[in-house]
Amino acid sequence: MVTTDQAQPKPVVMPLDGPVKIAARGVNLWYGAKQALFDVDLDVGANQVTALIGPSGCGKSTFLRCINRMNDTIPTARVVGDIRLDGEDIYSPAVDVVHLRARVGMVFQKPNPFPKSIYDNVAYGPRIHGLAESKSHLDDIVRFSLERAGLWKEVADRLPQPGTGLSGGQQQRLCIARAIAVSPEVILMDEPCSALDPIATARIEELIDDLRDNFTIAIVTHSMQQAARVSQRTAFFHLGILVEAGPTEQIFTSPLDQRTQDYVTGRFG
Amino acid sequence: MSSPLLILVILGLTLVGFWLGRSGALRANGGKTRGLHSLPGYYGYYVALWCGVPALLIAAAWMVSQDALVSNLVLAALPADAAGGDPARMTLFMTDVRNLAEGNIVSRVVDPALQAAADHYVSLHQMASYALTAVVVAAAVAGLTYARRRIVPTLRARNAVETAVTGALMVASILAVLTTVGIILSLLFESLRFFHQVPLTDFLFGLHWSPQTALRADQAGSSGSFGAVPLFAGTLLITSIAMAVAAPIGLMSAIYMSEYAGRRTRGFLKPILEILAGIPTVVYGFFAALTIAPFVREMGEALGLTVASESALAAGVVMGIMIVPFVSSLSDDVMTAVPQAMRDGSFGLGATKSETIKKVIFPAALPGIVGALLLAVSRAIGETMIVVMAAGLAANLTANPFSAVTTVTVQVATLLVGDQEFDSPKTLATFALGLVLFMVTLCLNIVALRIVRRYREQYE
Repeated sequence: MVTTDQAQPKPVVMPLDGPVKIAARGVNLWYGAKQALFDVDLDVGANQVTALIGPSGCGKSTFLRCINRMNDTIPTARVVGDIRLDGEDIYSPAVDVVHLRARVGMVFQKPNPFPKSIYDNVAYGPRIHGLAESKSHLDDIVRFSLERAGLWKEVADRLPQPGTGLSGGQQQRLCIARAIAVSPEVILMDEPCSALDPIATARIEELIDDLRDNFTIAIVTHSMQQAARVSQRTAFFHLGILVEAGPTEQIFTSPLDQRTQDYVTGRFG
Repeated sequence: MSSPLLILVILGLTLVGFWLGRSGALRANGGKTRGLHSLPGYYGYYVALWCGVPALLIAAAWMVSQDALVSNLVLAALPADAAGGDPARMTLFMTDVRNLAEGNIVSRVVDPALQAAADHYVSLHQMASYALTAVVVAAAVAGLTYARRRIVPTLRARNAVETAVTGALMVASILAVLTTVGIILSLLFESLRFFHQVPLTDFLFGLHWSPQTALRADQAGSSGSFGAVPLFAGTLLITSIAMAVAAPIGLMSAIYMSEYAGRRTRGFLKPILEILAGIPTVVYGFFAALTIAPFVREMGEALGLTVASESALAAGVVMGIMIVPFVSSLSDDVMTAVPQAMRDGSFGLGATKSETIKKVIFPAALPGIVGALLLAVSRAIGETMIVVMAAGLAANLTANPFSAVTTVTVQVATLLVGDQEFDSPKTLATFALGLVLFMVTLCLNIVALRIVRRYREQYE
């Protein structure tokens, strides 16, 4: 068990060259008595894809779930630290978590479409947030979101059919469309391709690249190839500690920390 | 040999068979498990099944038919005049023979013919019992030997045993179906007898229920009238009141337990709610009659209404409380079973807890919730004790919850209490009531299934 008291090499964090969207400082998280994150300082750049990599149980998904306060749904989880979205402290009592999650959308590891029609899945967010002025406006939002998620052509003629009837890759794109429909600023993706075959994975990766123009994306992945393919910036976590963060190319070619080096070359993890 | 002893002997043989089969298979394979088609135990079961099943089946068939056979033999051996000609008197005579043979009280003077018949009866039974023992033990030994002989390492004992188990499972499910069919048929035939005496239309559409009939021709009394509408109306009224109480309370407590309450709160709330289901209905009944009914009457009178001392409202409310746990506990289970991924997906889009419950959890759990409500409805329809005590016996045709009403099940119970003759319309009416009640609940189930299939939102 690693504790913060032990002498640790300082995390190697290369500064961002663009604007910062999310700034995390000194984030610690406990599940009951067990500490899962130790003093994480990380910036996520606007309109960039930031990949969080690291071995299982290293805290990368936990960190991701701090950004939209999904850890609030776990009764035993306790977060200490400062996470700012556009400079605004998201853990401040003034922040309504409902509004935060409308600004920071999430796509989960396993595709989890609601047991509703394809249309209703995408319309879910706009409806609860009252984003559509009229039925035709809602139709437009649904169509636009499905187009952005690259799913429109496949489902245009079967919108009333259940979303659960789609293939795994289509379901995951439906979940992305569902997240886009709320027009968030940030999309968090927690291993979005781990339940998909290589072809579906390739489609999602292309999609992530397209989405970068309009959204800030943070993605947790187990696949280092995927991190290398889709991200501009990579953060390596190990045992709840942020070890190194920097431009993706640098992390994969000339990391500064020995542990990062070992991990990306496949020596452990 | 007495039958329990015989069964023990067969079970013992079966055990021996298991052991012989198991060890025989191992010996045939040179003591090794490897190379046998199935695990050694399967060879044991194989021999045991061959030994036990046929023997027990023969024993069961024999025991069922033995008495009829013996009785026929005794009757056939009688002098022609001893019992008289007609079947009813023969049955009576046989009853006496049986009583005499078993040392019970006999309804007539014991004459030599009766004594002879009884002796004959005893000796036949004795013989039959010996024969049974011999045949059954022989069958067991034969099965054992046959199966033991067949054991070679390549014998597919596992497949054979699994086929036998499949057969047993099938028989079990067929038994349940047959019981249901039997109940329906008996309801149907007795109802037909009733409808010979009272026209079907009078029963289904008659507005007056007064089942008291004169027992003898010279008795003064009503001829009885069997209009079932007031009973079904009363049942409907009380069930509606009960559901109006149970559905909201049950569903809301289910939502609280599954979505809002912490694990500890739920762990202690749920068992307590379930205790409600364990309270005997008669306790609910006197609670309804002694506490709720007077309360309802006073309330009604304070509002200037005429309220009977026994009212549908009191019975319905108490019945509603009684079925709350059926709704809450089952609905809680199905809502808890909705995958966490659904909740995460909804929360991740910025939905509040209440929106998530209304739009995701509830629709996904709908089939189970409808099932829970249906179970509660059928409990309410079938409940008798509370209604007897709190709503009375008066078959009033009314929709007023403050008046006394009665239900189908209460009438069935009161009609069958005490000594009754089973060919009067009064008692036969209970079968007709049962049949119609059964039809109603069946339709209810079918409609609910349709609704569920139409609106269900299936996850995974």
